[in-house]
Amino acid sequence: MRYFPHTEEDIGRMLETIGAGSIDALFSGIPPDCRSDGAMHLAEPLCEWDLDRTMSDLAKENAVWPDLRLFVGAGRYSHQIPAVVPALATRSEFLTAYTPYQPEISQGTLQAIYEYQTLAARLMGVDVVTASHYDGATALAESLLMAIRKTGKSRVVVSRAIHPHFRQVIRTYLKPTGYPVTEAGFTNEGITDLSGIDLTDAAALAVQSPNFFGCIEPLSRFATAAHDAGALLVASFTEALSLGILKSPGSQGADIVAGEGQSFGLPMGFGGPGLGMLGARQDLVRTLPGRLIGKTKDRNGKPGFVLTLATREQHIRREKATSNICSNNGHCALTAAIYLASVGSAGLRSLARTNHNKAAYLAASLETIGMPRRFSAPFFNEFVIQAPPAFASIRQDLLQKGFLAGLPIERHYPELKNHYLFCATETLSRWDMDQLIAEVRP
Amino acid sequence: MKNETATSGLSLNEPLLWERGRKGRCGVDLPGDDVPQSPLPEEVRASGPPDIPDLAEIDVVRHYTRLSTWNFGVDTGMYPLGSCTMKYNPKTNERQAGLAGFCNAHPLLPENLSQGALRLMAKLQTDLCEITGMDAASLQPAAGAHGELAGMLILHAYFAGKGKQRHKIIIPDTAHGTNPASAALCGFRPVAVPSGPDGILLAETVRDVMDEDTAGIMLTNPNTLGLFEAHIPEISRIVHEKGGLVYADGANLNALMGIVRMGCIGVDVMHLNLHKTFSTPHGGGGPGAGPVLVKKFLDPFLPVPRVIRNDDGSLALSEDFPFSIGRLVGFFGHFLVWVRAYSYIRSLGPEGLKRASQLAVLNANYIRARLKDTYHLPYETPCLHECVFSDKDLTPYKVSTLDVAKRLMDHGFHPPTIYFPLVVHGSLMIEPTETESKEEIDRFVDAMINIAAEAKSNPDLLHAAPCRTRVTRLDEVEAARRPCLVG
Repeated sequence: MRYFPHTEEDIGRMLETIGAGSIDALFSGIPPDCRSDGAMHLAEPLCEWDLDRTMSDLAKENAVWPDLRLFVGAGRYSHQIPAVVPALATRSEFLTAYTPYQPEISQGTLQAIYEYQTLAARLMGVDVVTASHYDGATALAESLLMAIRKTGKSRVVVSRAIHPHFRQVIRTYLKPTGYPVTEAGFTNEGITDLSGIDLTDAAALAVQSPNFFGCIEPLSRFATAAHDAGALLVASFTEALSLGILKSPGSQGADIVAGEGQSFGLPMGFGGPGLGMLGARQDLVRTLPGRLIGKTKDRNGKPGFVLTLATREQHIRREKATSNICSNNGHCALTAAIYLASVGSAGLRSLARTNHNKAAYLAASLETIGMPRRFSAPFFNEFVIQAPPAFASIRQDLLQKGFLAGLPIERHYPELKNHYLFCATETLSRWDMDQLIAEVRP
Repeated sequence: MKNETATSGLSLNEPLLWERGRKGRCGVDLPGDDVPQSPLPEEVRASGPPDIPDLAEIDVVRHYTRLSTWNFGVDTGMYPLGSCTMKYNPKTNERQAGLAGFCNAHPLLPENLSQGALRLMAKLQTDLCEITGMDAASLQPAAGAHGELAGMLILHAYFAGKGKQRHKIIIPDTAHGTNPASAALCGFRPVAVPSGPDGILLAETVRDVMDEDTAGIMLTNPNTLGLFEAHIPEISRIVHEKGGLVYADGANLNALMGIVRMGCIGVDVMHLNLHKTFSTPHGGGGPGAGPVLVKKFLDPFLPVPRVIRNDDGSLALSEDFPFSIGRLVGFFGHFLVWVRAYSYIRSLGPEGLKRASQLAVLNANYIRARLKDTYHLPYETPCLHECVFSDKDLTPYKVSTLDVAKRLMDHGFHPPTIYFPLVVHGSLMIEPTETESKEEIDRFVDAMINIAAEAKSNPDLLHAAPCRTRVTRLDEVEAARRPCLVG
């Protein structure tokens, strides 16, 4: 019981001070009919080294690099993480602190998150970014509720080219409220198709760029369409690294930007935790859900940081709050800030370019073996290919050889049978890609 | 003051990140491209590099190392923040969460290549059900409040399935602050009810408001006064008789492991905060994890995807649950937080978990006994894992709870939770957890007694506190009046 510092003598003296005869007596406020009888049926405790073995055995049952070369992104991306990022982020003063309710002894977290808000706002092209959300999907769902609050309209229009899981989360969040969700289709180029979509009574139009197919959406065009109809444009993304080279969503007219920041120094972690990045124009700040850090001064005029605009939050406004968010993914935001500080502007742009170059090489290579791109719009590091029916079994065989070759997307898009979403990041070498092509080549 | 924990040391200043940056530096050596260049079309490409600072590796290391030293964490010292359960976070949990097989696993791996992750999920679900006496669990909610939302969505879906939606939900004044917001997000109207004279909700109070339009009750147990809701079996009967459901906020489970199983006393739905009871570090604001647990009849409503067992014993993920409330996060939830929680459960085993609860309650009662002659105790009821005092005896000296909290920092302790629960005016909610030793608690208690004496002899000292921290009291009003949220 290495986590408990108490000696038997300590316990005896403490009980004496309390005036209780035993530890059991301290639970006298719990009526007998509420007590559980018998021990919990859980595995017996493991010493530290037995635990290492048990956990390591479990971990080994998952396939990861270098045994598996990953040609799949679809919302989680394999990127290099500089050693300084986890080394600094896991400093225990950052890791073992709570939400910074007492600013005088939490300035480290507060300044770091203020800096994160700033870097994220510049990348997303918005005025304000929150101190994080659970992930890109929940940030997007909350931003639609935010648009509904702001505009007073109830319907939202959501592109079908948004990540299917994100759209599921939107439906979960909106279902009990009864707000209708209309889905817009996609064109042959692979971008959102607004033809036949009426935006007049819509609170928001939500579009993802690069979208689920990897295609880059013309956000300015959608901003105009949304604004003409009195709706807000909500722009989303799942691949934050794209912000290193693409025009920012805010600069193209997005009113709210809600995306996933996992690519900024966070491991894939079987899907979580990630980082929900949510930002908006200045005039929307008081409708933003989630926490914000602000700069201020102390009594001596020294600059410092505090949690601010708490009057929007659940512990003040209770049921009238902008959301119920309390714990968020603050440590993931801190990690992302350390990552961005490490790679800097030049590094981020260069890495983004490399991602696109690798993906373009892979797309061109696949085309030479009869698997052409399905969509023609420009893409970042993911793209959809059309494969011959035989590829399904080839793909299964490739798993044995250590390749996860694309993600079949028919499950989410029945009209895209035999279509696969491929991804290439800086973690794949040309040799990896050439090997894959050699394996697939008929 | 003897045995002072806090002292002054060299604390280094550090500018804002971008004030350190210099064009031309880079903290990583980037790999060269081994494939041809493929320029992106101009209409989608940004005209220049992103506007973020450029630093060398040493700049980044010094910047964040210095910032980290400005923080108080559990590893720094005692952090008796009530209702937050800031216990020691075992180092082995970090080692396990850092295993390549966990942190480098892609969530869309084929099932046969991710059996380890799925097994960990299945085992943790089973263990949490065993600890709580519930029948089924989903680990998916990303935080405690997200677990509350999941629970409320389940209530909503349950009544929708019965063909008659209910619109109200009973929430006692001793429930967590997030509860009303979580209920409101699902369209429920919270009906606030007062706790009884001893801080415990009375069954009659519930009987008076429970009707056919009320979906049920949302109560925190143990409640935010650190008290067990002793009438919960009777309250459950009343709620169930009118067709309602009982939701329990299980954030304070740290008091009850091995002692009470919520599923056996009438609770239908509950959530847990893994970052509290199961010792995953809070990271200065998350990520946490808030699994939702239900009784058998609510199993169909749990979020998807869910872990299922194939005929051959292998595990898979399935979305084939037509009554499910749907998906709550982009993938499955905060997997790496689950690894830490599972590691903790395996480290302690059944007796260890029960011992954690017993010692947490011992520590809280010890503080209560030692401080009750110095600070006003609003409720005489024996406490569980946390004890609540108020500033009533200090007001004649114009000293408030906030002053006491700020002065505690000068003594080297993180302050308790203040002004919460709302049901106590000027409350100080202290939760020591099981990982503090008697000596450490004695030092904390001595500091509290000292501060009470200072309040009478030199109240200005408290008004000026903290005076040993990097910054003095910060102007929060100005921060909200003229928000400066980016640099």
